[in-house]
Amino acid sequence: MSEVRVLVGTRKGAFVMTSDARRQRWDVSGPHFAGWEIYHVKGSPADPNRLYASQSSGWFGQVIQRSSDGGRTWETPGGGVTTSPGGMQAGESNKFAYDTSPETGKPLTTHQWYDGTQRPWEFKRVWHLEPSLDDPDTVYAGVEDAALFRSSDGGQTWQELPGLRGHDSGPSWQPGAGGMCLHTILLDPSHPERIFVAISAAGAFRTDDAGKTWKPINRGLHSQYIPNPTAEVGHCVHRIAMHPSRPNVLFMQKHWDVLRTDDAGESWREVSGNLPTDFGFPIEVHAHEPETIYVVPIKSDSEHYVADGKLRVYRSRTGGSEWEALTKGLPQKDCYVNVLRDSMAVDALDPCGVYFGTTGGQVYGSADAGDSWAPIVRDLPAVLSVEVQTLP
Amino acid sequence: MIRVVLPPHLRTLARVAGEVELDVQDPVTQRSLLDALEASYPVLRGTIRDHVTQQRRAFVRFFACSEDLSHESPDARLPEAVVTGTEPFLVVGAIAGG
Repeated sequence: MSEVRVLVGTRKGAFVMTSDARRQRWDVSGPHFAGWEIYHVKGSPADPNRLYASQSSGWFGQVIQRSSDGGRTWETPGGGVTTSPGGMQAGESNKFAYDTSPETGKPLTTHQWYDGTQRPWEFKRVWHLEPSLDDPDTVYAGVEDAALFRSSDGGQTWQELPGLRGHDSGPSWQPGAGGMCLHTILLDPSHPERIFVAISAAGAFRTDDAGKTWKPINRGLHSQYIPNPTAEVGHCVHRIAMHPSRPNVLFMQKHWDVLRTDDAGESWREVSGNLPTDFGFPIEVHAHEPETIYVVPIKSDSEHYVADGKLRVYRSRTGGSEWEALTKGLPQKDCYVNVLRDSMAVDALDPCGVYFGTTGGQVYGSADAGDSWAPIVRDLPAVLSVEVQTLP
Repeated sequence: MIRVVLPPHLRTLARVAGEVELDVQDPVTQRSLLDALEASYPVLRGTIRDHVTQQRRAFVRFFACSEDLSHESPDARLPEAVVTGTEPFLVVGAIAGG
């Protein structure tokens, strides 16, 4: 019988939750990396027991953790104890060094700071880890300040794909309120050299040559909060989702607005339709119905919690524009949580399971595509990310 | 032997309990001590000093002999009591945030 494994990153550690295919009873392990911020945990599609976790702290910086047994044990790649100094490989798994000028040792480009001045890129943390579709040792990392890194040795060493940051528009990128982060990485299963990324607050970008060159794909986005609402870059994209069977169709939750593209980002159109508010963070696609999508609207950009005290997931079965509220089993009064951008995921069972975590520390699951919900856990630290693995 | 006390999160990361003992060649400085620490525990690279700049991370402090040595030159010789192992060198996570 199949199993489901839910990987949860929180403000104070990681949790791994497992259930059989009924998805009614859950075993919860954790906290792993107790006390550290876990921005993301994700498993390799090529080897489900290979997990990667981004562990960070305002005190001690970034650490990458790796598991080869589904999260029971963890290691820091290349960072083990050595009894002979110099006799082992350096612990470089947490080293994210931007491509630099050989003369100055500083990152080659600058970006715009809040005060309008130019500032060199400075590494803060890893927001998102995206394992390769076919190689467990290859994994991409989206980082703050916004850049894309890749490891091909299981997370031990990381190399920047500098073409993204080096795009002509790079000097005009600037941080959003949450920092200038690369938070979304989508690998195209039908086009191995195509990658989509999203950056707050620069927008969406696509490469068709494995990261050498990048193209902004923001045509159709309209953002009132920037001087030119239809500028090529500067949009605060919160999240993009793809169904693997149709990689040219993408769904976007922007700062405001829900949008879709049917041509790999060449053009977008708004599909917010009858949503009560189109501000939100996560967006996800049903595992078996590419036109069924989920969002969790929140009140506004200045009030980051669900509207009217009601936690409502909205589902569209028409690829957007027509939405229905899903509320069964979710609190419908006195609820003021948010659901962050990486905190929603689906399993591959039938019916499709949908999961999300809140800033209030609840992780909810639905075993019927969103028709009804139940908490898996209620009292975790604030949830930063939720990923799901469907195991044979 | 030089004695080093790590904060709890770094002890967990390095998988050590209690103090760490290091054999550091003279002159014993912040830099040579941290180089020896990171050589023995590579996972600590980047957690105390920035990988690229080698600067002390903002919320990490260095104490010894009831003194705050955080702003001393990394190449200044550490107090004799640390060099002889009478007193430990403390790596401290600053009190900040919640």
